[in-house]
Amino acid sequence: MSKKKSRRSHGSDHSGPEDHAQKGPQHPGDAGHAEHTFGSVTDKISSIVLTRKTSRGWLGGLLFSCMLLMVLMYASAYLLARGIGIWGTTVPVGWAFPIINFVWWIGIGHAGTLISAVLLLLHQDWRTSINRFAEAMTLFAVCCAGIYPLLHLGRPWVFHWLMPYPNTMGLWPNFRSPLVWDVFAVSTYFTCSALFWYMGLIPDLASLRDRATGRAQRVIYGMMAMGWRGSAKHWQRYEIAYLLMAGLCTPLVVSVHSIVGLDFAASIVPGWHTTIAPPYFVVGAILSGFAMVMTLMIPLRAVYRLEDFVTNKHLDNMAKVILATSMMMAYGYLCEVFYAYYSGNEYERYVTLNRALGPYAWSYWALLASNIVCPQIFWFNWARSSVPVLFFVSLAVNLGMWLERFVIVVISLHRDYLPSSWRMYYPTVWDFAHFLGSIGLFFTLMFLFLRLLPMISIFELRELVHEAEGEA
Amino acid sequence: MAQIFHPSMNTFSKVTILGGLLIVAAAVGAWDRVNRSPYVTEVDVVRTQPVPFSHEHHVSALGIDCRYCHTSVEKSASAGIPATEICMSCHSQIWKTSAMLEPVRESFRTGTPLKWSRVHDLPDFVYFNHSIHVAKGIGCESCHGRVDQMPLMRRVNTLQMGWCLECHGAPEKKIRDVADVFKFKLPAKTKARDHGKELVREYGIKTEQLLDCWICHR
Repeated sequence: MSKKKSRRSHGSDHSGPEDHAQKGPQHPGDAGHAEHTFGSVTDKISSIVLTRKTSRGWLGGLLFSCMLLMVLMYASAYLLARGIGIWGTTVPVGWAFPIINFVWWIGIGHAGTLISAVLLLLHQDWRTSINRFAEAMTLFAVCCAGIYPLLHLGRPWVFHWLMPYPNTMGLWPNFRSPLVWDVFAVSTYFTCSALFWYMGLIPDLASLRDRATGRAQRVIYGMMAMGWRGSAKHWQRYEIAYLLMAGLCTPLVVSVHSIVGLDFAASIVPGWHTTIAPPYFVVGAILSGFAMVMTLMIPLRAVYRLEDFVTNKHLDNMAKVILATSMMMAYGYLCEVFYAYYSGNEYERYVTLNRALGPYAWSYWALLASNIVCPQIFWFNWARSSVPVLFFVSLAVNLGMWLERFVIVVISLHRDYLPSSWRMYYPTVWDFAHFLGSIGLFFTLMFLFLRLLPMISIFELRELVHEAEGEA
Repeated sequence: MAQIFHPSMNTFSKVTILGGLLIVAAAVGAWDRVNRSPYVTEVDVVRTQPVPFSHEHHVSALGIDCRYCHTSVEKSASAGIPATEICMSCHSQIWKTSAMLEPVRESFRTGTPLKWSRVHDLPDFVYFNHSIHVAKGIGCESCHGRVDQMPLMRRVNTLQMGWCLECHGAPEKKIRDVADVFKFKLPAKTKARDHGKELVREYGIKTEQLLDCWICHR
C-alpha cells in the first residue's frame, strides 16, 4: 500500500514543467512507453487539447461528420412527420434496420467497458493507453444505439411509457418482457459508463486546468475537475471509488448484451429461440467492440503520432482478443447449425437451410467470411504486427458483425411458420440514411472528444512510467 | 498561481447540483399534477350548449327515465343523443313559446340537428359499449355521477384509462342489480361487498379477462 501511495502522490500539481528535468529510467518496453517521463507524457497528450492548433484534417473530419449528422436529423424529422412507413420495415419483417443498427452499436460499446473495467480488475496494464478512448467510444456508441428503439416506437414522444411510473393509464410495462429489461439494461449501462468515464477524467481535467493558459479554458476545465487537488487523501479515495465503479461495470459487460440476446431468444421465432443467444451475443459484442477500437485507433495514433503510447503491442493484444472471440463465434455458428439438425424441428431446420441457401444467402456467407475466416490470419505473428492487415481485418469484422445481425433479424423473420405471409425485405433510402446518420453522430462526438478532452489517460500512463522506474 | 475560483464556489456547486436534481423532481411532479388536473381531464368543466338543458330538472323534478331520451343505451355501443323530435314530443305542448327553447324549435322546423357539445368523449382507439355495461349491472351513476343533481352537464370522472381499470379490476365494488341501473342514490344494502361478488357471479362476468388489452382496444 505504501508503494501505491507514493506513486499516486504524483498528482496533477506535481506534473509541472519541472518534471522535464528528471529523466525517468526507461520502461522495460513491454507496453512501450519508453523514454517518457511524467512531464513528457503529460505534455504530449495534453498538447493535443491545449496547445496544438486546430488542424485542417480535424476540421474537415468534423465537417464531414456533421454533414452525416445532418442526414440523421433530416431523416428523423421526416420520420416523425410521416411515420415509420418510410422505412422498409413491414410485416413480417417488423424488426429490420433499426434493430440491426441498435444491436450493432450496443455491441460496439462493449469493448469500452471490457477494457476499462474487466482488464483493470485483471491488472492488465496495457489497457491504460486505450481505455479512455474505448470508454468514450462506448458512450458514443450507446448514444447512437439509443436512437433506434426510440424512433422505432413509432411515437417517440411517448417514450416515457417504457418506464414504470404511476401514470394516469394505470399501466405498468410488462416486466416479463426482455424488451423492458432492455430499457433498464441500456440506461444503466449508459449511466455507469458515463460515470466511469468521467471519474477517470477528473485527474486529467485537473492537469488540463493547471496547464491551460486561457481564462475560459481554466474555468471550464476547473469546473469539470470538481476541485481536484491531487492530495494523497484524494488519491486514496479516488482509487477506492474507481475500483468500485469497475466492479459495478463488470457485470454490465455480460448483462447488457445478454438481455439484448434475450430479446430474441425469448420469442418463438425459429432461428431466435435458442438458449445460446445470450452468451453468443456477448461474445459477438466483444468481437465487434475490439474491431471498432482497432479501426479507430490505427488512423488516430498515426495522425496524432501516439505510436509511443498505443504501440504495436497493444494492437497485437487486441488482435489476439479478436481471434479468440472470433473462434467463439465460430463455435456459436456451429452450434446453431447443430441445434437445427438435432432438434428435428422442421422450422428450425428450414431457417438454417434458408440462411445458407435462401435469397439472403449472400449475407450469411459474407458474414462467415468476414467474422470467421478473416481473423484467422491473426494466427500469424506477421499479421498481428502489420498495420494494414490489422486495419483491414478490423473493418471486415465491423462489417461482418453488422451482417450477423442482419442474418439474425431479417432472415429469421422473412420466412417463419406461415408460408402465406413470407415476404422479402428491402431497405429504403431512409433505412440507409438513418444508418449513415448514426455513424455521423458517432464521429461528430468522437471528433469533439479528441479535440476537447485528453484521449489517453494521462495519470494512468504516468503511473506506468513510475512503475517502470521502480522495476529498473 | 492565482486561484481560479473563489472559495464560495464550493457551496455554489453543491447547491446547484442538488438544486438541479430538485428542479427535475419538481418538474416531473408538476407534470403529473397537470395530467390529473381538470385542465387536462376536463372534470367539472361545464360546456356551453345550444340550449342550457338541465338534467336535474328533467330527471329529479319530472322523473323522466334516462332511456326516454338516450334510446339506444340498452341495445348499442352508444347511448344516443336524443333527436330534436324527442324534445318536441313534450315541448310541442309545454313551454312552446319559451325563448330559451327557440333553437330546438328552429331545429325542428329546418330539420337541422342541434349541435350539442359532447361532454363524455372517449378516444377513437377505445372500444366502449354502453349496452354490455347496462346489461351487467353497471349503473349510469357509476360513470356519469349524480346526473340527477346537475343543472348543467359536466364530467365527474377523468375517463382516463387508470380510472376505467379501477372498475375493471374490481367490478364487485360498482356492480348493482340490473333493475337499479337507471336509478340514482341506491339504498345501502346493494353497496355491500358480498352482494357485489354474488352479482358478478350471477351475471357471469368473466373477471379474468376484464383487464386484457383487447377488451377495450380491438
